[in-house]
Parts: sequence; structure tokens; C-alpha cells
Amino acid sequence: MGKRTLTEKLAILADAAKYDASCASSGGERRDSRDGKGLGSSGGSGICHAYAPDGRCISLLKILMTNFCIYDCAYCVNRVSSHVERARFSVEEVVRLTVEFYRRNYIEGLFLSSGIIRSPDETMADMTRIARTLRQQEGFRGYIHLKTIPDAAPELIEEAGRWADRLSINVELPTEQAMQALAPEKSPRTIRRAMADVRARREAAQVKSHTGKRPPRFAPAGQSTQMIVGADAATDGQILSNAAQLYGSYKLGRVYYSAFSPIPDASQLLPLIRPPLLREHRLYQADWLMRFYEFSPGEIAPQGGMLDLEVDPKMAWALANRGRFPVDVNHAPREMLLRVPGFGTKSVARMLEARRHRTLRYEDLLRMGCVLRHAQPFITLPGWSRAPGLDDAHLRARFAAKPEQLSLF
Amino acid sequence: MRVITLPLIGTVAAWRTEARRLAREGVRPEDVLWQRGERAADLFASAAPPSTKGQPLTLPREAVAAMEGALYHSDPQRFARAYDIVLRLSQGRLRWGDRSDTALHRLLMQDKAVRRDIHKMHAFVRFREMSAPDAPRRAFAAWFEPDHPITEAATPFFANRFGDMDWIIATPDLTARFEAGTLRFEETQTTFRPAPDATEDLWRTYFANIFNPARLMVSAMTSEMPRKYWKNLPEAALIPELIRTAPARARAMQEAAPTLPAPQTEKRRAKRPTGR
Repeated sequence: MGKRTLTEKLAILADAAKYDASCASSGGERRDSRDGKGLGSSGGSGICHAYAPDGRCISLLKILMTNFCIYDCAYCVNRVSSHVERARFSVEEVVRLTVEFYRRNYIEGLFLSSGIIRSPDETMADMTRIARTLRQQEGFRGYIHLKTIPDAAPELIEEAGRWADRLSINVELPTEQAMQALAPEKSPRTIRRAMADVRARREAAQVKSHTGKRPPRFAPAGQSTQMIVGADAATDGQILSNAAQLYGSYKLGRVYYSAFSPIPDASQLLPLIRPPLLREHRLYQADWLMRFYEFSPGEIAPQGGMLDLEVDPKMAWALANRGRFPVDVNHAPREMLLRVPGFGTKSVARMLEARRHRTLRYEDLLRMGCVLRHAQPFITLPGWSRAPGLDDAHLRARFAAKPEQLSLF
Repeated sequence: MRVITLPLIGTVAAWRTEARRLAREGVRPEDVLWQRGERAADLFASAAPPSTKGQPLTLPREAVAAMEGALYHSDPQRFARAYDIVLRLSQGRLRWGDRSDTALHRLLMQDKAVRRDIHKMHAFVRFREMSAPDAPRRAFAAWFEPDHPITEAATPFFANRFGDMDWIIATPDLTARFEAGTLRFEETQTTFRPAPDATEDLWRTYFANIFNPARLMVSAMTSEMPRKYWKNLPEAALIPELIRTAPARARAMQEAAPTLPAPQTEKRRAKRPTGR
């Protein structure tokens, strides 16, 4: 193998990184470089600097430090037994790409992940060195997300959290059985212990000492994780209750769901399928309902059940709970307004504000940003006489996607 | 009819000053003609201003940001609408946030459109390097075409982010210059386009390889990155070809038979630490 150019390495190590869905660059510490002594800013809402034709946003330079790996996870393009081309960046190369892309306003920062080379500790130490060089040598104040190696030594995790805005550890698969079958060298227990450790360190970093001194920063933008969907037989109910538990136990900022996607050079253990993109989309909608609309996972999908692919999970809940409707828009409490299909958190806040001053009419809802086509059967208020009743047997059909739209291809 | 001509640079700040003055003088909204830039002839401009009893303007705090946002919109009626709204708010004839008021609803929608335009400018400006060989600070330039005249509102973000370099962002309306830590604005004289930069090839390599052909979803891309921006994005030239070849690439991955483990597998595995 001859020496690869930077362009060749970038092609291989971007290709190897694209199966990780995370792209967030929001939140965390507010920083800028108005003082002229460094480069970059962060905090506030993240920015998507480009979109690829797969519809995914490009916010961070998402690359692997290396795609050499000693593990053999069946779903992964970089598993040891794969024939994929291998490459490895030097510290200087990653630093140079990050800074030069950043200066041209292509990216918000770096999302660095890696195959496991030699040992988890050595890999983590190399990744941390990249983050440290960016911060100390280049004065880089943009966003850094490091994928943490679960088995790495605690002092390495601590240093990673000092330089990075966000740390993440992928739970990879929704069930323990699937982990054993498909990622034999990874242990769900080790992953969860590492997440608990990140949570504890984040909390400790918030506590000032009795002298008022702040402890060193630790991953101010929090931690996230990813689950691959469709590589094993886990149900949506299992996936969502698993996610709810992750949000609760480890205070995760986000759980990402990644539809198992065809990879070059598939493993015999795991035949390729068309990525279940619609299922992934429904899981994100359900996740949103749990985080912002006060739904519990059991309400959205029973433990052994699947989400309805034809209608979104909020509509599905409303159709299955017609007895809770119609909702009187002028008197219902916030938590019930949030359950009306077509009403979002912003429009509900506007309704509550306006209700203090006057009675809402149907025409008001449109200007508040509601999707009235969805809300109509489920509400009552002046100016609206319910035309298609809740008892209409065809109500579901009005909202179900037509079969040919089921594929997002 | 009173004609108020707002300057091209500092338009919103000038509107604020003028609106306060007119309100103090008690000038009615229908008696003001607002314009920006070159002073144009108005047939009724000579009519004497009717002066009733005026009042100072008081606004709820959350109103100020949205009003100013809407004033960066390209709608020629925005200055008059905003003046009418601040008077009615001050007089207690309008409640801030009441979307049943047509004018206020439009102002809020225009503020939203401006915020989106600013956000897209922060995302899609692409700098090209133009550093002089021995200059102490590196220098970059960009040409960008926003929907609204937002340059003054959108560029302080770049001053905070790129504090250690000099840069120019030129738009059809105004040009922002950040030199030695100072941000200045000037009217755009020529439609200057910086020359391509060698790093753009690396960026295109990244763009092409981070794309997953098995997940092609063109409408999701174009809803967030509409085609109107493509001509100033170095990576966008690749998009048609990536779309065209994606289905065949995805099919090839699925049709390829699973392979036996790569020959190096056991050698690499042997390096794995034991005793986990």
C-alpha cells in the first residue's frame, strides 16, 4: 500500500463516518473570538452548513481518525473482517482540515470518531490529542464532539470532556441479545457504565466549591447516543422504552436512531436490506413526543408493538383515543392542547397567551401556525362546526399516507 | 405628506430615530411616505404636516427585536407598517402578539422570514482565501445573495466567529468589511466575486463521501438548501451527478454477495487486548 494523499484519506474516512446520524452543534458554552486571539464561536442554535442529497445536514466535519478496527461488529463497514480500504489521519491532518474548513465557513466544528486500533486507551488518547491541539495550539473555539471509547481509562475520558463540547457513546443496538449476536466484543454493561460516568462528571462540573471556584469544564453540550434500527428484531416499543430510560438515567441530550443502511461489503451475519427510512422517521417523531409533548413511551407504542407507518404517532394516538376528543380550544389545559394533531408547542403557547385576553376563533388558529387539516376533527371552538365527525369510520383513511408514498426512495 | 428617506447604511437605526421624532410631533401614519436610499420625487411631498398632540413611544421589550427584524425585510411597506404598529401599541390600541391584527400578523411573518434569511446566510456564506503573502492576519472574501437587505443584521455573527482574520462579505445591497477587528459597511460598488480556493476541492471530496447513496432523499435536501443558493456553493456542482448515480450505487451494494472475512482479519484481531 503506497502512501495515501490527504484527499484519499478524507474520502475513505468520511465515507466510513457517514453511518453515524448525530450532527448537533447546538447548546453548550457560549464562546466567541471577538478578541482576535482565536478562531470560532459556539453556543446558541447550531447551523447546518450544507445538505447532502440524502437530506442529512452537514454541520460538523464528521470523520473517523482511522477506520482500522480490531472489533468485528456485523453492521459496521469498518469491522475487522471487512474488505473496505483502510486509512489513518495524523493529528496534524485532522487539525488542518478542521481549521481550514472552519475558516471558510463550511462547518461548525469537528465530530471525531474512530475505529479501535491497538487498544481502547491508545485510541482515546490519540483522539484527545487532536481535540487538545485544536484548543491549545490553534485557539479553536468552535464545536468539538468526540465519540468516546467505552472501555477507555477514566483519566482519558476526563481529558476528552475538558476539550470537547459533547461526548457520545453509541448503545449501537436496542437489545442485549442483538449486541451479543452482532457486536460480540462490545458489552452493553460497559457502555452504560461509561454513560453513567459521563453523567456523573457533568454533574460534578456544575458544582462550585465552597470558595466559589468552578471545577474544570466537562462536555458542556452534554452527551448523546445512537441506536441502529432494523438490524435486529427489536420492536419500536422496545426501542422507545429503551430511549426513555436512556434519557432518564443518563440525562442524554439526544438519542439518534439510524436506519440500518446498506454498506459496501456486507457481513454474512447480516444480509442487507433497504434502509427502513420511514420507520426511522416515525421513531424521531415519537422521540419528539416524549421529550416535548409529555407522552410516555407506552402511550405511543406498546412494549411489543410497532409504530403505525401510515400516520404519524400523534395522529395515531388521537385516532385510538377518540373518547378524549373533541378538545375545547378555549378551555382545555395545556397538556391536552399538546395532544391535538396539528398543534405544536409554539402554537399552543400562542393560544394560551391569546386566551387570557379573548375567546379564540377558528380563524385565529391558522395565523398561530396550526395545521388545521389535521386538527379539524379533534377540536371545537367558535367559527368551526365539526364537519367530519370523530365517529367517521373513514377518519383514519383521510390522514393515512397513500401506499406509494410509503417508500421514501 | 412628509417624506422620510432612510439611509442605505444604518437604515433600521435611522427609522427608530425618525419614528420617535414623528410620534413626538404627532404625525399620523397616513401622512408619512417612507423610502430607503435615493431620495425619489413624491407628488404630495410639499403638503404641510398636520400636527396634533404627540407622544413618546413605549414598547414591550419582546416587541423591539421582532420589529427590528421585520425592518430588514425587502417589503417597501415595512417602514410605514412598523410606524403604524408602534403608534397603536403605544396608545394601547393594539396588544403585542395579537395575530388577529392583519398588520401585526404580517410584521411577525416578515420577522420570521428575515430570521430564516439571516440563518441561511450564516450557513451558506463560503469564504475564499485571499491572504497577502506576508500579512499578519489571513484574509478571506465571499459573495452572497440574501433575499432581504440583511447585511448589517447578519454580519456581526461573522465578526464574533472569525475574530482573528480579515474578511469581506459582499451582497447586492451592502458590503461588510472586517479589518483588524473593526466591522464597517459600505454600498456595494461592483459585483465582485472572489476567485476559487484550492481547499474547495477537499471540501467537495468530503461532501461527496459523507453522502449515503442508499438514503437518497432529494426533497429533504432542497427544502433546507433551496436551489437559489447553489450557484454560490462550491459543493453544489456535484449534486446532480450524486443524485443520478445514487440508485445504481445503492443497488450494487445490495446485490453484492456477502464476503468472507478479509485476509488480514486474524492478524489484526490478534492485536486485540485480552481479559475484557
